[in-house]
Amino acid sequence: MAIDPSLAIEQTLNGLQLGVMLFLIAAGLTLVFGIMDLINLAHGSFYMFGAYLTATFVGMFDHFGLAVLGAVACAAALGIAIELVAMRTLYQRDHLDQVLATFGLTLLANEAVKMTWGPVPIFLNPPAALDQTVTVFGIAYPAFRLAIIAVGLAVGLFLWWLIRQTRLGMLIRAGATNRTMVLALGVDIRRIFTTVFAIGAALAALAGAMAGPILAVQVGMGEEILILAFVVVVIGGIGSVRGALVGALLVGLVDTLGRILLPSALAALFDPATAAGTAGALASMSIYMLMAVVLALRPQGLFPTSR
Amino acid sequence: MRRVSTVLAAAILAVSSTAAADPLKIGMITTLSGPGAGLGIDIRDGFQLALDRLGGMLGGVVTQVVEGDDQRKPDIAVQLARRMIARDGVHIVTGIVWSNLALAVMPTVVRGDVFFISANAGPSALAGAQCNPYFFNVAWQNDNNHEAMGQVVQDRGFDNAYLMAPNYPAGRDALAGFKRFYTGGIAGEVYTPLGQLDYAAELAQLRAAAPDAVFVFYPGGMGINFVKQYEQAGLKAAIPLFGPAFSFSQDILAAVGDAALGVNNTAQWSPDLETPENQAFVAAFQTTYGRIPSLYASQGYDAALLIDSAVRAAGDRFDDDTILRATLREAAFDSVRGAFRFNTNHYPIQDFYLREVVKNDAGVLTNRVVRKVFDQHGDAYADTCGMP
Repeated sequence: MAIDPSLAIEQTLNGLQLGVMLFLIAAGLTLVFGIMDLINLAHGSFYMFGAYLTATFVGMFDHFGLAVLGAVACAAALGIAIELVAMRTLYQRDHLDQVLATFGLTLLANEAVKMTWGPVPIFLNPPAALDQTVTVFGIAYPAFRLAIIAVGLAVGLFLWWLIRQTRLGMLIRAGATNRTMVLALGVDIRRIFTTVFAIGAALAALAGAMAGPILAVQVGMGEEILILAFVVVVIGGIGSVRGALVGALLVGLVDTLGRILLPSALAALFDPATAAGTAGALASMSIYMLMAVVLALRPQGLFPTSR
Repeated sequence: MRRVSTVLAAAILAVSSTAAADPLKIGMITTLSGPGAGLGIDIRDGFQLALDRLGGMLGGVVTQVVEGDDQRKPDIAVQLARRMIARDGVHIVTGIVWSNLALAVMPTVVRGDVFFISANAGPSALAGAQCNPYFFNVAWQNDNNHEAMGQVVQDRGFDNAYLMAPNYPAGRDALAGFKRFYTGGIAGEVYTPLGQLDYAAELAQLRAAAPDAVFVFYPGGMGINFVKQYEQAGLKAAIPLFGPAFSFSQDILAAVGDAALGVNNTAQWSPDLETPENQAFVAAFQTTYGRIPSLYASQGYDAALLIDSAVRAAGDRFDDDTILRATLREAAFDSVRGAFRFNTNHYPIQDFYLREVVKNDAGVLTNRVVRKVFDQHGDAYADTCGMP
């Protein structure tokens, strides 16, 4: 089946947009994972809080941008609190303890959201100005999805600046490479950890705020996307923000194009119902196959941070 | 009448020491956390409401509900069923939302000689040749609501429909059901992974295929995602969207918002059905839980009423499988949806309605009946069920 060029452009945009969304979540995850050596399953909870808080603040301020800022600030504050109370005690423990503890936090967060906002999914729409389609490259594309791409790229630039151009970034890079040496040089690594954790929480909340208008804002929404975010982190190389960006875009494109191309490829081989069913099953595996291939060729991921 | 029978039941209970010593135990296995929790919570709340209204007794027997959260995972549902049967000694299992979970727990339930009264999942696999004496469905066979929508789309004269569903047993049943009554052209047939979040890619393909109608089956959170994205892509104004009630049920309407307004969907029940039982149920549910019930809540409520009627008819011998099966088959309860009876395969024969998403007087999105589509409709598989 020949693919119409405008459709190909639209699907590439879709892949980019999914990738950028994944990058927003994976960036925070990879920072925390790589620099603090902490597996944080509760990262998805910040994503969920981001979406719920944005929905609530939109109701209060009636302004989407302000609501997103409010949600991100709240999530960062919450991140600091959780780092001080809970995460601090986990750095010296092994990964299994961290998984158990942060999984417990996830359950706690889900129950808290259920008690505060109720079990039924809540409503969050794009801001009116972006709730329409715009024409790009000759195709009608939802404006809000373009905004997601823009926000994601802006965050990428911000992180590049933060990590490459600032003193904090230098310490973060040093901490990711050799934590003991940074400690030996007399840097207060604990404060860096708190900062990194807060940045991670804020990024996850931003992702949730941007995802809320197109996805269901519901209890447990973070766990669904966290698995994809971990795939991105593993593909990109643990601790590498650049790896997270490349990995996220790869996963977004492979997932989107897999869902589109597999059905038409299989339609030539099987009857429509079988082809549709098989393609669906294969498409949901495509990103895991991508991960397997990347790991087979580069076990440390695409952009390994040396340690 | 119900109050009289409750009082009577209480009186009988007071003089019958055996009944007091042997409570009826119900295993409520349903999805209470994670995505899809809205459905499970509605079934549980509906069931609990009926139990409360009957004074904590079903069929005049003190009833104990053992609750378990299956997290929408088949392996956890099986573990829960095993534990509830072996440790808690439940007589009946109910509550399961998802067809793949229902199929997974069947072997455990049957081995334990326990009845599974499904308040939602109605897979075709359990309706035909594999029908089971321990399985009853008080909701519908999976295909039914889709069959009704197939009939509606056919009646409206559409001839190039685009079909989408998640890739799991109920998803395949859905499209099969739709196509049983819709015989026009098919512009495309797409199965997406269960739990998919973003449908942008599929929507672009859909637009390119230029269908004249779109039929989707996306329950719970998937429905919220899909309907919001369908509107944001500018498709709602261009191509009419149809679906079963699951994609436009009360549990997701608030989250979808005005994107759902005016969409047609089909169901066996609607909050505005004018049976006295339904009016009482909807009012009581709103008073107790502060929200309009979804069809899942109505099914949970009916599951409790069905068990109530069967246990009452079985009397002291409700733990005798043969007797309880016979009284369950009678379905001698006043369903909130109106006329209800069981087919030979233990699936319902009932009416199906076309509904429309509207705003009620308080400005809350809800469903309203447009017309009846099927009168006393059974399912396509009952003929191949060889159950005695």
